[in-house]
Amino acid sequence: MAKLNGSQMIMQALKAEGVEVVFGYPGGAALNIFDETYKQKDFKVVLTRHEQACAHAADGYARASGKVGVCIVTSGPGFTNTITGIATAYMDSIPLVIISGQVANSLIGTDAFQEIDAIGISRPCVKHNFLVKTIEELPRVLKEAFYIARSGRPGPVHIDIPKDISAAIGDFEYPDEISIKTYKPTYKGNAKQIKKIVELISESKKPLLYLGGGVISSGASDLVRELVEFSGIPALETLMALGVLRSDDELNLAMVGMHGKYATNMAMSESDLIIALGARFDDRVTGKLSEFAKSAKIVHVDIDPSSISKIVTADYPVVGDVKTVLEDMMPRIKELVKKENYKEWRESIKRYNSIHPLKFEDSDDVLKPQWVIKESAKIVNSDDAIIVTDVGQHQMWVAQFYPFNKPRTLLTSGGLGTMGYGLPAALGAGFASSSHVINFNGDGGFLMNVQELQTLAENDIPVITIILNNRFLGMVRQWQTLFYDERYSSTDLDNKQPDFVKLAEAFGGFGYRVNTKDEFRNALKFALSQKKFSIIDVRVDRFENVVPMVPAGGALYNMILK
Amino acid sequence: MDRRLISVIVLNEHGVLSRIVGLFSGRGYNIDSLTVAPIPESEFSRVSIVTSGDERAFEQIIKQLYKLIPVYKIIEADEFVDKELVLVKIPLAENLSGLDAVLKSYNGSIANSDDKHLIIMASDDSVRIDNFIKTMKKYSPTDIVRSGSVIIEVRE
Ligand SMILES: Cc1ncc(C[n+]2csc(CCOP(=O)(O)OP(=O)(O)O)c2C)c(N)n1
Repeated sequence: MAKLNGSQMIMQALKAEGVEVVFGYPGGAALNIFDETYKQKDFKVVLTRHEQACAHAADGYARASGKVGVCIVTSGPGFTNTITGIATAYMDSIPLVIISGQVANSLIGTDAFQEIDAIGISRPCVKHNFLVKTIEELPRVLKEAFYIARSGRPGPVHIDIPKDISAAIGDFEYPDEISIKTYKPTYKGNAKQIKKIVELISESKKPLLYLGGGVISSGASDLVRELVEFSGIPALETLMALGVLRSDDELNLAMVGMHGKYATNMAMSESDLIIALGARFDDRVTGKLSEFAKSAKIVHVDIDPSSISKIVTADYPVVGDVKTVLEDMMPRIKELVKKENYKEWRESIKRYNSIHPLKFEDSDDVLKPQWVIKESAKIVNSDDAIIVTDVGQHQMWVAQFYPFNKPRTLLTSGGLGTMGYGLPAALGAGFASSSHVINFNGDGGFLMNVQELQTLAENDIPVITIILNNRFLGMVRQWQTLFYDERYSSTDLDNKQPDFVKLAEAFGGFGYRVNTKDEFRNALKFALSQKKFSIIDVRVDRFENVVPMVPAGGALYNMILK
Repeated sequence: MDRRLISVIVLNEHGVLSRIVGLFSGRGYNIDSLTVAPIPESEFSRVSIVTSGDERAFEQIIKQLYKLIPVYKIIEADEFVDKELVLVKIPLAENLSGLDAVLKSYNGSIANSDDKHLIIMASDDSVRIDNFIKTMKKYSPTDIVRSGSVIIEVRE
């Protein structure tokens, strides 16, 4: 058996897990590990400029590639900085392995320099965590971390490694297989229940598929497409599920919820059978709970039993992997379900769509953010482009107006709503794919991880950031407009911004400031042809609001439409 | 708000208790009492938890507990034997008449004594422990320590 030190064991494990890129930021307690990364050639080590960005980059990589994202950081401040990134991944069920250095075992608990109870801090925002106390357990812990991160409902797993362990020498044999006695995710759904559900579907008049991020993480998108096409059942998507169905599919009702389409929210409110697949009934989706889908029976398929009936009681719960459950369901569906049965239902949704389609008032005097997004899609013209967003109004407009046609082409912080996510996640996506990566950002959030422009420059990742610059913390400004009598407390950024063009140049990329449609088109076309990163600072209408909008706590069918 | 009993069988590893407690506190659920000890000749510990809450909250607790990686099994029985232990320190200077009878009816005993104090011990279900403590009040106890419930399901 090979004798290795702890740091070498980590390298061997990363290699065995097929890791291609590691995002990291060094420091005292992680020095042994970084010393080993210096020597090996099996994967790339990317130095981000902030540990929060390190976790977001690993997250962006994981979302775009479907693989586990990895980051390595040091103890104390290094670790506390990563927490926002870890929590972001946790809320959206993104598989990450986060390795942090820790002070030596003998110093733990002494308030040593850069000591922090990392395990205690990460516990509420990870799927699982480990403090490695002995070199003997390290190989198993590494193997378990990757296994736990990617299996079942995916999520971040944190390994805290004291400095003496990363130096200690021990026997190394990486386990091929593991079985954790206390952890056995259920993939297969209950057969009787599945049979029952198909019967329900065949008897219902207004069924609706409610697709969540679980469809993408279980790899069920193709099956869902097949199901929708065969059954003629309309489907709506959460923010996390955009791309599961093609944007031009007539049965795709697009995004539901607070900023969902009128027809979509009305369909949810009128349906008699909601089939939730890997979706978790977030409050941004349901609106006022007592008014949510009052006439519907609820079928809920989810791999995480604790998601089921957490918010909305499921009449027909199925614990299982969406893909596996659909595979079991399809043959029965093909026997029992008839497309014609839902014709009237489809017609009535269509009517809703024609009363209040998703629209905006374009202008030639001032650029409208929605126009910029639609136009970008035309110019980029590729189903493979990866679109990243930060958090705010621009995020909702991207969700509404960008035509997503493939899963894993929208990377966005859904559950936690983390400003500062966009740029580093785009960086991570740049390592996962050779497609164009476009990051739509607000002018506020862009400054939250702006230092990562340096990482983009250094690694020749040509991310294009389109700043929809309204000189406001726009989404908060919108709430202040609607609910706080226009008191713009701490949201007006007019004359309080850096020069984004010079900023791009200072970091070694291209910067463009655009005020007109033509300027925008030219800038984006030019940016797409470059091998360096670009920032396009688009001056947009300052007071544009995201509509429709369901005011927080309101019923889904009561929308502000203008 | 019903009183609920659950027994959680967990892998006997460091940090597991704080995972369980963190789950309750992070969600604002109450723990009325909690006792833990290793299960003999196994790699597991048994955690006995008494909590209170409505059916929905309770269901969530169970599901969330299951989600913790080191949780092996959760026992929610319709009938538990539920016992607590209480230790009561009373000054010898008190008039101790009637103490014998009280101890007898609560299956109590004297756990320790010296020239100043008696330490009384009793073990029973939590309602009877409440009553026992009330009764002991007349002996002006200087200290009362009660354990959490230890519970075992009546049927398999
Ligand atoms: C880290 C963090 N802090 C605060 C918020 C609250 N918040 C949500 S949207 C928003 C405004 C975003 O403004 P900007 O980045 O300019 O984007 P816009 O809404 O204008 O598109 C704020 C402050 C948040 N989501 N994340």
